[in-house]
Amino acid sequence: MRIGMRLLATLLITLLPALAAAVPPIQHWTLDQGARVYFVQNDNLPIVDIRLTFDAAGARDGSLPGLAQLTSALLDQGNDGLDAGEVARRLETVGARLSGGSERDMAWLQLRSLTNPAALEQAVDTLTRIIGSPDFPAAAFERQKARMLVGLQAVRQSPDELGTRAFYRAIYGDHPYANPPSGTEQSLPQITRDHVVNFYRQYYTAGNVVVAIVGAIDRTQAETLARRLNDALPAGPAAPPLPPVQPLAQSQLEQVPFNSAQTHIIIGQPAIARGDKDIYAFMVGNHVLGGGGLVSLLTTTMRDQHGLSYSTSSYFVPSAKPGPFVIGSQVRNESAEQAVTVLRKVFADFLQNGPTQQQLDLAKRNITGGFPLNLDSNSKIVGYLAVIGFYGLPLDYLDTYLDRIGAVTAKDVQAAFQRHLNPAAMATVLVGPQPSESAQ
Amino acid sequence: MRRLLYIALTLLTLSAPAALAVERPEIQEFKLNNGMTVIVRPDHRAPVVASMVWYRIGSSYEEVGSTGISHVLEHMMFKGTTRYPAGEFSRIIALQGGRENAFTGRDFTAYFQQLAADRLPIALELEADRMRNLRLQEADFKKEVQVVMEERRLRTEDNPIALALEHFNTVANLLSPYRNPIVGWMEDLQAMTMADLQRWYQRWYAPNNAILVVAGDVEPEAVRVLAERYFGRIPARALPAVRKPITLQTPGSRRIEVSLPAELPYLTISYETPSMATAAEAWEPYALTVLAGVLDGGESARLSSELVRGREVAAGVGADYSAVARLSSQFSFSGYPARNRTLADLEAALLEQVERVREGGINAEELERAKNQMIADHLYQLDSIFYQAMQIGMLETTGIGWRTLLEFEDRIRAVTAEQVQAVARRYLTEPRRAILHLNPISGGQG
Repeated sequence: MRIGMRLLATLLITLLPALAAAVPPIQHWTLDQGARVYFVQNDNLPIVDIRLTFDAAGARDGSLPGLAQLTSALLDQGNDGLDAGEVARRLETVGARLSGGSERDMAWLQLRSLTNPAALEQAVDTLTRIIGSPDFPAAAFERQKARMLVGLQAVRQSPDELGTRAFYRAIYGDHPYANPPSGTEQSLPQITRDHVVNFYRQYYTAGNVVVAIVGAIDRTQAETLARRLNDALPAGPAAPPLPPVQPLAQSQLEQVPFNSAQTHIIIGQPAIARGDKDIYAFMVGNHVLGGGGLVSLLTTTMRDQHGLSYSTSSYFVPSAKPGPFVIGSQVRNESAEQAVTVLRKVFADFLQNGPTQQQLDLAKRNITGGFPLNLDSNSKIVGYLAVIGFYGLPLDYLDTYLDRIGAVTAKDVQAAFQRHLNPAAMATVLVGPQPSESAQ
Repeated sequence: MRRLLYIALTLLTLSAPAALAVERPEIQEFKLNNGMTVIVRPDHRAPVVASMVWYRIGSSYEEVGSTGISHVLEHMMFKGTTRYPAGEFSRIIALQGGRENAFTGRDFTAYFQQLAADRLPIALELEADRMRNLRLQEADFKKEVQVVMEERRLRTEDNPIALALEHFNTVANLLSPYRNPIVGWMEDLQAMTMADLQRWYQRWYAPNNAILVVAGDVEPEAVRVLAERYFGRIPARALPAVRKPITLQTPGSRRIEVSLPAELPYLTISYETPSMATAAEAWEPYALTVLAGVLDGGESARLSSELVRGREVAAGVGADYSAVARLSSQFSFSGYPARNRTLADLEAALLEQVERVREGGINAEELERAKNQMIADHLYQLDSIFYQAMQIGMLETTGIGWRTLLEFEDRIRAVTAEQVQAVARRYLTEPRRAILHLNPISGGQG
């Protein structure tokens, strides 16, 4: 202990310069049709990561949950007359890797390629066909829809997924966030190929994309690359803003019967949006409460003090509109009632009292001291660029991050939590056998 | 076959991208006087470091009756020493902006911290302390073993596929200790005592059974000095002789049908194969690796092209071969049937794929594509400092050695289509095969 503290005193002096050096310079420009480009040149490895983020995810599903995810999965299943195998072959022959997905706010495609000119050219050419000329072949459409229905069978055997679905339904009511991005047994069969084609035309447009590039190419190459991607996309505007989220009016208890050895507990409500001024205080507060790993209040109470669960945590999902704040745990069934009581008590106490000065300092030191770890690879940096671009965060978001966290006080945390969270209107979801009556 | 090989080599020379020859950061290895191994991989891209202490102990060293003990001990390693009582370790690392955790595998138990590079001494001091001075206490143990049981319920018992695979492993590995779950059988967790743990700690947690791996913004010489300072004084201990367990290579075809409350039918087919540690011929694991790539290296590989698309018999399917294992390993297929297709349909389609490779081999284009993909992936892995340290630790604790990383590219390039067919013929055989069907019964809900 003593040695640890002495080392700390010495090391704090050297801390700041090291951190400043960790933030890479971000270059940003916007193309005529609206594509927003974010670029970090990093010559250390002969690779490049290109992440395209579209406002084309589950929140845009309308009355057909799963539509965005189906569209995203079909993008590379036949392009420009080439079949899915040929499209994949063109990427894989040159060692390129393509991944993609679609949640509630963001739909993305990420390409990782070698930077040697022949490989990169073939990979980028293929990517432009994927985003710009998807054929949505009828057979691929049917197959992918059937695969998503099999995916729903997997959901039905996962207490965690069932709980998450029930939770979003409970806290978002009529808001598009209520829908599961992977769709439902009711919605998927209703989706037609035309729905997919129209969804693509509406949302996969140059005005609705953020292009993030990190790697061993220079500005000129990045400009050409971004231009090609932009030109491949149909012209079109950014998606309109999502509707506002209504706060929960009262507490709810949702019990999902499931034949499992553990009861899964999810407690929470809609909380905070990206760009909210309270976000830094919220980060620090959540770190103390349940986001800080083995030392957080929820973990030490549930795991070390009571031996109740393997994993207990809290997190929040800052989103375009207020995303959820969630406390989650899994406990043996006979302890479910006790666990809900403990979780609620830890939360209520924290909401009322805020963090102690010591807890606050520990959280701030962990967040700021660990900041370089968030930026230690190209793949992490490209992820940040996508978030900055998608949510329109300021370009100096990373440069000012440490100061913003450093400025958070215990009072700020308490005020932010009280502003965004209401203990009298929380949803509690329990997934497990014979749910306890008295948990309410 | 000759002709195909010739074409393969030509294609490779033409298109093997020159830029792949990246300068890999030099890895350096030292031995401390007490027998502890120190391996350093400098990577100066960011001012951070991943520090890991790996012990050559894991579930494959355990026997039925005390399974799960390595993993429970891993949990108990966070319960404090005289100098740093329970919670202090984690608190200090958190205070330093670090992230930390630990994991247990079949062949290793590892503890890691990720920190700003100048905080490395703190991590080393704390790890050295708990290597020797762990204070195991009954009250902590009683609670922690409950936590581990919760972990088991979460990961295995409430997950039909994990549960089915747990049973399948006892059949696929008839004698190999890989048959036991890393987390341990519930009965063994219930019977475990403090005395057992104390013995396990005394027996295996010694510097001469440990490897310190440091990757990141550090200089090897500086790490050597730090390692000497913190770990150098811990005395070596006599380690039990480790006899390689018996593994049956060709016991005969096996099949297990597991019926569980579930929704989704699931299939696994696995074959006993050598690993890099056990292969009689060094090229074989590389040929098996390339085979896995040809079958499942991407969306253009055979399984996706022919079974997911093509015949639409699978909703999802994969092939996997883990070359990095201390004992002999498995080449396996797994997947879910497409809607309106059965496990029997999928099984037949996969066995047909096996037969096709055995009989017809692979073509030059497939070989080249799989190799290019693997070599590119190998390069992409350099993007993660953490993963680089992981690779070194896994190669060392399985007895394969980190130098394998240096020859990986050349070894992969050297694999021929004939070799791929040869390992398929030699290892994807019925007497080496075990098959799992997970048949869902009446749903998990309700």
